[in-house]
Parts: sequence; structure tokens; C-alpha cells
Amino acid sequence: MLQERIPNLKALVEPDRVHRLCYTDPDIFELELANIFEKCWIYAGHESQVRKPGDFWTFQVGRQPLAMVRGHGGKIHVLYNRCPHRGVQIFGARYGNAGEGLTCSYHGWRYHYDGTMEALPLARGYEGTTFKNYDCNMQRAPRVESYRGFVFASLAEKGPSLLEWLGPAKIAFDDICDRSPEGEVEVVMNCYRVIQRSNWKFFMENQLDAVHPSVTHESTGRAAADVEFQIQRRTGDKPLHYHMLSAFVIPFEKWDSLETFGYPYGHTILGGYMGLRPQDPDTVAYEKILAKAYGEQKKEEYLSRNIHHTLVYPCLSVQSPLQQLRAIRPLAPDRTLSEIWHFRLKGVPEAIYRRSLWYYNLVNSPATLVNADDLENWQKGQWGLASRGGDWVSFHRDYGRDRVEGAVTRSSNGCSEMPMRTQFGAWLEYMTAGA
Amino acid sequence: MARAKKPRRAAARRAPAKRAAPRAPKPNGQDLQREVEELLYAQAEALDDKRWQAFIDLFTADGMYWMPPAPHYTTWDGVPSIFAEDRDLMTVRMKRINHPHAWSQAPEWGTNHVVSNVVVEKADPRSGDVHVRSRFHVVELRRDELRHFAGSYRHHLKRTKDGLKIKLQRVDMVNAQAPYEYVLQAWV
Repeated sequence: MLQERIPNLKALVEPDRVHRLCYTDPDIFELELANIFEKCWIYAGHESQVRKPGDFWTFQVGRQPLAMVRGHGGKIHVLYNRCPHRGVQIFGARYGNAGEGLTCSYHGWRYHYDGTMEALPLARGYEGTTFKNYDCNMQRAPRVESYRGFVFASLAEKGPSLLEWLGPAKIAFDDICDRSPEGEVEVVMNCYRVIQRSNWKFFMENQLDAVHPSVTHESTGRAAADVEFQIQRRTGDKPLHYHMLSAFVIPFEKWDSLETFGYPYGHTILGGYMGLRPQDPDTVAYEKILAKAYGEQKKEEYLSRNIHHTLVYPCLSVQSPLQQLRAIRPLAPDRTLSEIWHFRLKGVPEAIYRRSLWYYNLVNSPATLVNADDLENWQKGQWGLASRGGDWVSFHRDYGRDRVEGAVTRSSNGCSEMPMRTQFGAWLEYMTAGA
Repeated sequence: MARAKKPRRAAARRAPAKRAAPRAPKPNGQDLQREVEELLYAQAEALDDKRWQAFIDLFTADGMYWMPPAPHYTTWDGVPSIFAEDRDLMTVRMKRINHPHAWSQAPEWGTNHVVSNVVVEKADPRSGDVHVRSRFHVVELRRDELRHFAGSYRHHLKRTKDGLKIKLQRVDMVNAQAPYEYVLQAWV
């Protein structure tokens, strides 16, 4: 029915431009939730968010409220947050520990951590009715998989496994975890949540848009560069976190010299390393720890990976060199929630954690010195696309110069709009599947 | 004075003499309370008037402005913080806001602070440390919309040759953990 109301989607997405309705139309948005978000692998959270049995964390996949729960045997279950009796949500808090079991606040139906029924009051009342035992269990997400501690849920019964689906984009999680001598991270127990008044695709497109930083973030880049210079004159030292901000205003040419990669299912990577490998005593000590754990050759491989940002389409932006991740949850055509997390590398000196913490606080916190101007852009973008001042969104830059090598599309131009074209290629496949 | 010299009775003479005695400012007395309140109001006005340098100058050279993401944090050092800014980082924020290409500053934007419930918790005249708690309510206009922020301030003040200065300001917002509709552009 929904699909019938929507105009021919293939006519809305051309290889180098897309129609504005893709960002504004409520029916298209509902179809996105159903065909993309409720079909593919969506980030649930990190295993360390739910350490003990009964720990839970709620999250949203498309329109579906879910919760990941740590079971008694250590297994993580993903349940629909809904009592099978009358539909009341079982988890009232956003996260916490369920205590002795999952209990519905309405009529006291009780469940084990895996969602199976433990007890219900007045069981005799169901004798002789058509009510079956299996109706008593909370519904589970059809598929749950994790990779290196990062848990994903899929509401589709069938489909590629998580690793097949991630493909080369799995490097995002390898690049986070391999920076720990133990090969593991744990979550920093704080989730910043910021709402943008714009379509979720603005977020996904922005993350690999290497042209915007020098324009959008000019004010912050210049301000940070000024103060960075003052501090250097005063103390002879340049704190690294000022560079994290001043680097936003490197010239277009420098951004354009980076490489971008497009993969199946719409995942993309922007290469480029943010100068985070200085030769200060902390870094030297850290590199020794890694060399001891992995050997010189592996250490070198792990630390010289050329990744600025990985986008796991449609919901994740991962900055692996800084152990940070943003998950987006579309709320409406013009409203998107982002959940912003930081991870601590196990077994590394405190100084290394603190270095990336600066980025979390200065760039990713709700008082961000950077995203204030991004959100402003996307809001104005949403309004512009709602207007009849033009129907098309242009993704022409460097079109025709991408190199297709098997399933991988490469561009030697960091500023190429190839990532957006790749995302819309996947978008069209998801949206028209089964049509 | 002339009247005080001509008391009618001895008892009456003692009472006015007592009142007239010079009163030493008490560390927790009215004078300090007044001084602290004036500082808090000056800070609120600096924010509302967008006099950013005046705001920064209320801090000591090593002063910090800190907004934790939740009440259970006890230090800004090494933990996630919504704000954890020394004077240098405050200067970055000021310069950003004042930059002609601070795009997010194009729409109409401003705040109104109310500070109240000011309690001097502790004052040590020898070290010059004063600890103050208070409550705030901020209304912010951005474009055509209002947002509300409320919570508590904790000021650790230090007596300097230039008067009381802020060594650490802790800002706990009741809505610190709630999703942010847009972001916080300036100090709350």
C-alpha cells in the first residue's frame, strides 16, 4: 500500500542527482523505516553496556522499540519492549538492571531475561481457551550478532550475516579494537543524545563530505588556531586537542588528496589520518605496549591504517582512530536522533584515553564547538528541500572519475561525492527490493 | 554623637554604644553574601549581554567552567563532560561565536538568566576559599523558539587582589541527560 502511494522511486534517484522528495516525503520516510531500517543490521549497542545478568539498554530500530538484555548464561538477548498480554512496555527506564526478572507493571506477567515466560497470575483462567504457551513469550529480534563486542540486531528473518553485510567496513571495528593490546574496548558509560531537525541522510552524507569542514567549521578552526598559536608562544607547546579543531580548516586541496571507498550495502570510508601519531613520550610508551602484544609488524599495520571515518550504512558513523561512534535513529522525515559514544581501549595508558576524550568533549558533546554549524546547515537544508525552489540535489562532483574494482568503488579525490552516490545506490536497492 | 553623650540613664548609655561599635565583616555574614550574589548576577548579565570577555574574566587564571553529563561525577578530570573549559578553551568558544562565519549565529539568538537560592556553604577567610551553591533558570531564544535550561551552580570562589574570582564553576542541569534539540552554543 505504502509503495503504491510513492511515485516511481527509480525516477527520483539518478546516478549523479536525487530528487528532493527523498528527504521530505512522509511516505518515502515510512518506507525507509520498513525497507531499510527494519530490514538490515542496525546497531544495538556495545556488550559492555550490559555487563551483569539483567542489565538492559533500550534502543529503537525503525519504528520498533527494543531492548538488549544480558542473560544469566552471559548471552545477550534483543527483545521487543512489549508485553505479549496487552502491549505495555516492560522496560520503563532507558537503561538499568531488571533486578529479579522482567515484570510487566500492568498485570504482573513475569519473564526470564531471554524473554520466555516465567509466570503469570491466574493461570487457570487460560485453561480451555485458545491461548497457547508460546503466546506468552516476549518477541525477540529475529537475528542478533556481534562483532568484536559491537552488537547489531536485524528484524529480518533472512539476509546476509553481519560479517557478510559489513564486508570491508568491518575494518571500523578492527581499527578500534586492534589499538588495544588486548584487542578489546569497553564503553565509556555516557551517551550524548542530540536531535537534528533534518532528514537522517543529511547526517550520513555529511560525515564523508570533505568539502564542508573548511567552509562550515571555519569559525571554530580559525578560533582554535589562534588560541593554539597563543599557547605555543606562551608555553612552547601545542596541545593536541587544539589541532583536532584547527585541522578543520586545512585547505580544500589537502582534503581532496584523501581517498574514499564505496562498498556494497552503501558502506563508505574516507581515508586520511588526523595526525594522531605524534612522537611524545605517551605515544612512544603506548606503541611499545602494542609492539609487545602483537609484534613490530602487526603493530605497524594496526597504527598506520588510513581511516578518517567509516560509515556503516544506514545508521553508524565510526571514528575508529578516536574510538568514537555515532548511531542515528530517524524519528521523522525532518527529525533525527544521534546517540554519541566513546570507548576506552583496554590495557593502554590513561594518556591515550584522555587524548580521544578531548575529541569526545570538544566535538561530540552537546556543547560541541563543531556540530553547532553542521546542525544549522542541515536544518536550513531541510527547509530548502521542502521548497519548490528546485527539485534536485546535486551529487555531480567527480562523477565519472570513480574507479570500480569488483565490488569496491574508489575515488582518489577526498572531495568526490562518490560516498553520497554509493549511499543512494544502496538506498534504491533497499527501497525497491520486492517491489 | 552629641545625643549619645547625654544619656538619661546608665542602661540606656550602654545599648547605643554597643550598636555603634564598628562591626568586623564576618566570613559568613551579610557582606560576603552580598558580594557573592553580586558576582553571580554579574556573571548572568555578562552571558545575557554577550560580553564574553567579561564572563571569562570572572575566572581565576586557572579557573574552570564545568558541566558534567550527570550528577554523580565528582571531577571534570578524565571523564566525559558537556563543558570542561579553562580560560584558553573559553577563548576559543568566544572567538568562534564572534567570527563573522559562525553560521549558527546568524539567526536571532539570546538568553535570559535568573539566578537564585544563593547559599554560602563555606568560607575560609585565611585561604580565601568560598563555596557557594545557587539555582538558575535560563530561557534561550533561537530563531523563533524558546528552550529552557534549569539546574544548580556550584561556585568555588577564591579571594584575589581583584576581588572574588571563580576557580571552579560546576553546572548541573536537570536536563543534562535529556536529548538536546540542537546544541549549547555558549555557557549556561
